[in-house]
Amino acid sequence: MSAPTPTATSQPITSPCPECEGPVRFDRPPLAGQVARCTDCGVELEVTSTSPLTLALAPEVEEDWGE
Amino acid sequence: MRLAILHTRLRVEERLLADALTARGVTPDLIDLRQVMFDIERPEHWPDYDVVLDRSVSLTASLTTNRVLEHFGVRCINPADAIEICSDKLRTSMALVGAGIPTPRVTVATDPDAAMTAIEAIGYPAVLKPTVGSWGRLLARVNDRDAAEAIVEHRATLGSVNHHVFYVQEHVDKPGRDIRVFVVGGEPIAAIVRTSAHWVTNTARGAKAAGLTIDHALADICRRAARCVNADVVAIDNLECPRRGYLVSELNHSMEFRNSIDTSGVDIPGIVADHAIRIARERANSRPGRIIEPVVRTSDAALAGATR
Repeated sequence: MSAPTPTATSQPITSPCPECEGPVRFDRPPLAGQVARCTDCGVELEVTSTSPLTLALAPEVEEDWGE
Repeated sequence: MRLAILHTRLRVEERLLADALTARGVTPDLIDLRQVMFDIERPEHWPDYDVVLDRSVSLTASLTTNRVLEHFGVRCINPADAIEICSDKLRTSMALVGAGIPTPRVTVATDPDAAMTAIEAIGYPAVLKPTVGSWGRLLARVNDRDAAEAIVEHRATLGSVNHHVFYVQEHVDKPGRDIRVFVVGGEPIAAIVRTSAHWVTNTARGAKAAGLTIDHALADICRRAARCVNADVVAIDNLECPRRGYLVSELNHSMEFRNSIDTSGVDIPGIVADHAIRIARERANSRPGRIIEPVVRTSDAALAGATR
């Protein structure tokens, strides 16, 4: 997996989607554990590291998940 | 003052809450429960937190963690007892009935044959729900005996043991919508109506939301419902029955609200943050050797805007 695109703080931060390799964009600095959705393939992702920025497929919804 | 947000995934809601707390001068620690291990004889740093705000998406993780933290003397929002009641539809129904709060009629059974009796005691159509579940999953409206027998057999054969509790609820002929009221610190702060052509009116199932002004009857029933489960922060789902008026259907202890802020016009995360900080200040001030900090109450202006 390639490293995320280095950007200035005012620029969106991007990292490749591990499913389709499309760019996943963050308008704010992401936090570990944050969930995001790839706008190219629609898969749900989770930030596993912020330095360097890495993404992984988010866990599947479990039976006891909810409000 | 120290405050933590517990999570299993950081959704929009958790970031909004963290932002709201930070804007009020309290930067929370964000703690991923998947990385936490407790030794129940060693509280370690946990008692340093004046409040922990539980935002786990996993009921099991929430309940386990809050039980341990309360064992350590940590104030949790919501308390574990509240989570235990709100997360279980049967316990919720019993709490509401015990408090005299109008709610749909419920029967329950643990055997397939008894389940048929429970369904027919309610009459058709009836609604079968898993006692633990969310986002409108696995709800079934049964319109006749044939459908009831099929659902009961499927649950008994294919479901986990949790699905062998047959919770049967009266089907309320609501006007194509239900009403969700957000209650924080015992006060209704915002409401939305969720409208759908489908009988299930969860937004997770495609229902459309719009803002609603809370009338006195709705405010009263929601205050009482939140009080009867001792919840700090709760979203209460209400049905409008043509015969009985408002009925409390469900209470959600870890509510989602990202799409309800603009819809209701209420700063929901801000009011939750105010409530958490108020409790944290009270806790901090009650500790020996602490500097007394002023206790700020939930914004009166925000409350006045939500309740008429």
